[in-house]
Amino acid sequence: MLEFPLWKMIWLWGVTLAAAILSLPSLANVAGVDWPSNLPNPQVNLGLDLAGGSHLLLEARAEDIRAQRLENMEESVRQLMRNANPRIRIGDVSTGEGRMSFMLDSAADIDRARGLLEPVMQGANLTREWDLSVVDGQRMVLTPTDAGIEAALNDAMESATEVVRRRIDELGTREPTIIRQGDTRIVVQVPGLDDPEALKSLLGKTARLEFKLVDLNALPENVQAGIAPPGSEVFPYAPDTPQAGRSEAVRRLGGIRGDNLTEAKAGVDPTNNQNVVNIVFDAQGGAKFAKLTRENTGRPFAIILDEQILSTPEINEPILGGRAQISGSFTAESANELAIALNSGALPVDLAIVEERTVGPDLGADSIRRGLLAMMIGSLAVVALMVASYGRFGVYSTIALVFNVLMLLGIMAGINATLTLPGIAGFVITIGAAVDANVLINERIREERRRGRKVIAAVETGYKEASRAIWDANLTNFIAGVALFAFGSGPVKGFAVVLVVGLFTSVFTGVTMTRMWVSGWLRRARPNDIAI
Amino acid sequence: MKLLKLVPDDTNIKFLKLRVPFFVLSIVLIVGSWAAVLVNGLNFGVDFAGGQEVRLTFEEREQAPIPGLRELVGGLGYGEPVVQEFGAPNQVSIRVPLPEGTEDTPGAATEIGNRVIAAIGEEYPGARTDGNDTVSGKVAGEFRDSAILALLAAMVAVAIYIWVRFEWQFGVGALFALFHDVSVTLGLFALTQMEFGLQIVAAILAIIGYSLNDTIVVYDRIRENLKKFRKMPLPELLDLSVNETLARTIMTSLTLFVALMPLLLFGPASLFGMVAAITAGLFIGTYSSVYLAGPLLIWMGVTSTSFVPQESALDRQEKIARGEA
Repeated sequence: MLEFPLWKMIWLWGVTLAAAILSLPSLANVAGVDWPSNLPNPQVNLGLDLAGGSHLLLEARAEDIRAQRLENMEESVRQLMRNANPRIRIGDVSTGEGRMSFMLDSAADIDRARGLLEPVMQGANLTREWDLSVVDGQRMVLTPTDAGIEAALNDAMESATEVVRRRIDELGTREPTIIRQGDTRIVVQVPGLDDPEALKSLLGKTARLEFKLVDLNALPENVQAGIAPPGSEVFPYAPDTPQAGRSEAVRRLGGIRGDNLTEAKAGVDPTNNQNVVNIVFDAQGGAKFAKLTRENTGRPFAIILDEQILSTPEINEPILGGRAQISGSFTAESANELAIALNSGALPVDLAIVEERTVGPDLGADSIRRGLLAMMIGSLAVVALMVASYGRFGVYSTIALVFNVLMLLGIMAGINATLTLPGIAGFVITIGAAVDANVLINERIREERRRGRKVIAAVETGYKEASRAIWDANLTNFIAGVALFAFGSGPVKGFAVVLVVGLFTSVFTGVTMTRMWVSGWLRRARPNDIAI
Repeated sequence: MKLLKLVPDDTNIKFLKLRVPFFVLSIVLIVGSWAAVLVNGLNFGVDFAGGQEVRLTFEEREQAPIPGLRELVGGLGYGEPVVQEFGAPNQVSIRVPLPEGTEDTPGAATEIGNRVIAAIGEEYPGARTDGNDTVSGKVAGEFRDSAILALLAAMVAVAIYIWVRFEWQFGVGALFALFHDVSVTLGLFALTQMEFGLQIVAAILAIIGYSLNDTIVVYDRIRENLKKFRKMPLPELLDLSVNETLARTIMTSLTLFVALMPLLLFGPASLFGMVAAITAGLFIGTYSSVYLAGPLLIWMGVTSTSFVPQESALDRQEKIARGEA
């Protein structure tokens, strides 16, 4: 039990020093010493609650994606039937109750319609994304399948995450973390950002830009009451426009979506000195825009952003170059923000912020300072108690404790773990509880000596008998730690990491290493009596 | 050098003589705690209740304008805010609840958060925002569910482990002691109305771990003594085991206590609740290991033969090593 062959000692010291050395760059960082840049530099990450920064949890509304899909389907169906040769006449189109249905004017068209719909019901990888049924002889009902909805949700979240990433990059913040979480959520963490207003307002923008013709036949009083004529829909003006509070009816179909942009840039209109956003369409968008403006010269169209009207300029002449200007009572900032949002693409779905945590850098720095101070005082008190109680054995526990903290820090740096504010509490608890193993062992040695055992036998029995309880206690603690890890979000997870890694380093240093030191001393000094 | 001995050698305190009164006390504590939780309720922070909590520092003032803030934020129409000093006299935390009926609106909490911060910035331009937590009703609900799940899972998992390593009576005894610890900690939070959030649940999970430490050390000694002293009556044997491990119990509780104290006194204000919970749990857990986990074994009929039929290979090895077999 007390025999330590050379290879074992080398191995144990190797593990201890390797883990402890990993902690040096982090310690140098805390002490403000420059770490040589040509050496590896593993660092313990500081959580946002210590480093300062913003954490946002965004959630997409799955219903919106479903609704959007039905709407897209409606458009495809209308186009397919219109372009069929001969044209298939349909009516009574509806997208309620999670299904899209329409009536064929003539039941004879059923087979032709079915044939046309077949390709659009199939998704990628030949999964069936829609089911088609015919009721009452000539009503066709398209129901999205679960696989189809899942695929759509997945696509939307993939591209939403990408859009979020592009927008944050445009803001020029450093090292943001953007991760998809679960089915409908995205976690955004931006260290060092203590005023997330700009970020929040940018992420809150769906940036769905639409150009639609104003319905000039609508009755003004109906429009203000929110009632749209058939084929039209009513949108309110954006709050910061001069017409705020009023609404406008626009034609539902035949407009252009802003997806086909190649560039958006904030600028100033030289004629009236107003802030505007200049956009450039790609070839497809440019052609559509040219067609729209050519066919409707002299009429007003509405520029709609996220279901709010920015402005309703009149089309003075056909715009053929694919360039256009968006006016809408912008400030320089809001014009810039819109340009960023348009450049990064529209979000395929609205994102709501369901959790936000922001910590200012001062508070984080203060927490670290106070945490370190408390940790040092606490360690000194623990060390004083141990040395006063167990003499030489207390000194061994102290050395073990020092290596314990270094290894814990080193392993955390090595696995790139994050130290959070509760993690600091975890360090303190680990320091206070790590010596429990030594207390158990030392008390047992005391007991065995009192019962008259010889020194070597007492130490041997002490380590052996105490090990069982130490093993059981640490394993159950490990189980509780796993529950903690599974439960925890962010900061609490940091607490769990420290506690769990600390269990391993505590047992390793407190039991294995001290046994090696104690046995080495016993072999060298061969004491007849020990003070314990 | 004379070494410090906190507990004299060979103590023989009759802990178990008072087992019935202390058991009654424990039951009263458990029932009282749950009554307090039901009557007072827990003062859920934003983590569990949803809403917004913002921390401010008034750098140009000695004292934060607490009544003014209460009026300002209360006037926004989101219900009565909780405004209290946090850390220093010129620092405050303001908590705004989620208005009823907005639990399911994803962006409602953020909306409120933005308004509150804007209003404070207008009225007190010198105030520095140190932190802001905004949690929607849905996320708060998920936190509540996962907290309950984690506590139950942790308790059941460790009880099963102890059952496997010891005997079923020990598993039940440990589980009951843990239930006591968790209940009393919850009761304390219900009584003091200290804010109850994610960190406190983390603290309770840590308490579960460390209360078990004590329980296991005592159980391990009971198991050892059961094999050693076949004829000794159980109450006497439990007393012997508790006394034999008393020095360790006191010493370990003390080292953890002296490590936690500075953190409680000088540590970051945001950790106070968590550290206070762990410190309280330290005492509650030690008490329950001695007065609940032990006596329960008597009532569940543990005898000196409990470990005989299922003697494991490991135990036999130990016996051989001791020369008993």
